[in-house]
Amino acid sequence: MFLSNKHGKAVLTGLAGTLALACAASLQAQEISRAAVIASTCYTCHGTYGVSPGSIPSINDISAERMVSILQGFRSGQRASTVMGRHASGYTDEEIKEVAQYFGNLQKRGK
Amino acid sequence: MAGISRRDFVKLLGAGGAASALGLNAGCETVPKSAKAAPRVVVVGGGFGGATCAKYLRIYDPTLNVTMIEQNPNFITCPGSNWVLGGMRTMQDITFGYDALRDKHGVNVVHDRVVSVDGAKRVVKLASGRLVEYDRLVMSPGIDFRWDAIGGYDKAASQVIPHAWKAGPQTLLLQKQLHAMRDGGTFIICPPPMPFRCPPGPPERVSMVAHYFKTHKPRSKIIILDAKEDFSKQGLFMDAWNELYPGMIEFVPASKGGKVSRVDAKTNTVYTDEGLTTHKGDVINIIPPQRAGEIAASSGLVDQSGWCPVDQHTFESRLVPNVHVIGDSAVAGALPKSGHTANNTAKMTAASIVSLFRGVKPPQPSHVNTCYSLVGPDYGISIAAVYRLNDKGVLEGVKGAGGLSPRVAPRLQRVQEAGYAQGWYKGITQDTFG
Repeated sequence: MFLSNKHGKAVLTGLAGTLALACAASLQAQEISRAAVIASTCYTCHGTYGVSPGSIPSINDISAERMVSILQGFRSGQRASTVMGRHASGYTDEEIKEVAQYFGNLQKRGK
Repeated sequence: MAGISRRDFVKLLGAGGAASALGLNAGCETVPKSAKAAPRVVVVGGGFGGATCAKYLRIYDPTLNVTMIEQNPNFITCPGSNWVLGGMRTMQDITFGYDALRDKHGVNVVHDRVVSVDGAKRVVKLASGRLVEYDRLVMSPGIDFRWDAIGGYDKAASQVIPHAWKAGPQTLLLQKQLHAMRDGGTFIICPPPMPFRCPPGPPERVSMVAHYFKTHKPRSKIIILDAKEDFSKQGLFMDAWNELYPGMIEFVPASKGGKVSRVDAKTNTVYTDEGLTTHKGDVINIIPPQRAGEIAASSGLVDQSGWCPVDQHTFESRLVPNVHVIGDSAVAGALPKSGHTANNTAKMTAASIVSLFRGVKPPQPSHVNTCYSLVGPDYGISIAAVYRLNDKGVLEGVKGAGGLSPRVAPRLQRVQEAGYAQGWYKGITQDTFG
């Protein structure tokens, strides 16, 4: 019904162009990263943002480099664990780096 | 804005689909925030799926209008309910409210019951008569039982012979019966066929009841009459039973006459082997075969299997557009029906919904399941997996990852995992309700 409006169509066409430009710039910012999704799966045991309320260690205050090294250690079996070896084996080097960086950035944001 | 009123402009942009009809959605539906009403998401069910989804929708996008509808003022978790039977927890310990969702995360929490969903008009009707409109709906109704599957075991019979597979009064009924049982009595538990909520739940329940018996009624026996041939973490459980509760527990698989065909609640008798064999129990626990929650069925979200087929990336229903189904009701590939799965699929769904509103690609899914079982207060075991979408769009376990606690391990590891089991419970309940 809006299209039947003789002025409406032109207005909306112009709007579409503006939106396309605006959206290209902000697209990346709007996307939820793979690291955010993987980190959110950590929160189930380790608490939201990695702040643990119980006997499972908190992971919110570990530097990105250290987290990479810990996770790689779990994955290779060099670092002893009960369950983390079984989890860490599910991720590539790149994913481990991204998620470690994500936690690092959360610290900067004060989460 | 010549020729088009501001009201119409807002209406146009606010109505999902209108933008795409005008060709505005080529990769981006973003509109100036001031001109667009906040998209409305309604979440049905306040368990591990629903509560987590409502919380993470608001975390991923604090501008969203999120309403969660849950009929009960509190949620009593199934995880931990076996620990109540074992005397390790009280009902209060496993009961959670929704204050944090409301006050900390800005979710509109409505305590009401959904009576119907109109997927075409995108409206949910509540028992109070209230109508709630949505742009996207998330259904997380959990399970219901197939009351016609076992002769003599209907809703009324469950008031005498509990299922205790939804935590609450049923847990207390089973606990009361176990407490009243004489030393030297027999507890019979009858787990259902797959798929069902929490596959390692029945053997954990056996373990916790065995712990209670060992402590209070050491001459008692437990018989598992199983509709399956084997059960989750079987080797680990059986090793631990031999160590902690030797001679107390008998497992009868389906092929050896374990499948229950009929129950007589008046005489506390279970009939297996097509009714040829009878088992009399002092306390009986029937866990009936299951299906998706009734509201999912009446909303047209289930297929012939009794469960809800979904796009395993976004968890949008394959049957009703703009409706996502998460938790036990959904068919989620290799993911088991567990609170952990519900929590993880809820977050992925929240991320997908936010992305769809923004007109950007939902992130690639990554899920985890970690399931701890307590065999005794200081004896824990676990199974874990990481899940990804395969090229057929089905969630499957990442090869080389996951698996069980080792069959041979120092006792210290069982002690550690018992501690982590309880840490897991604190973590997931905080992440869901806190």
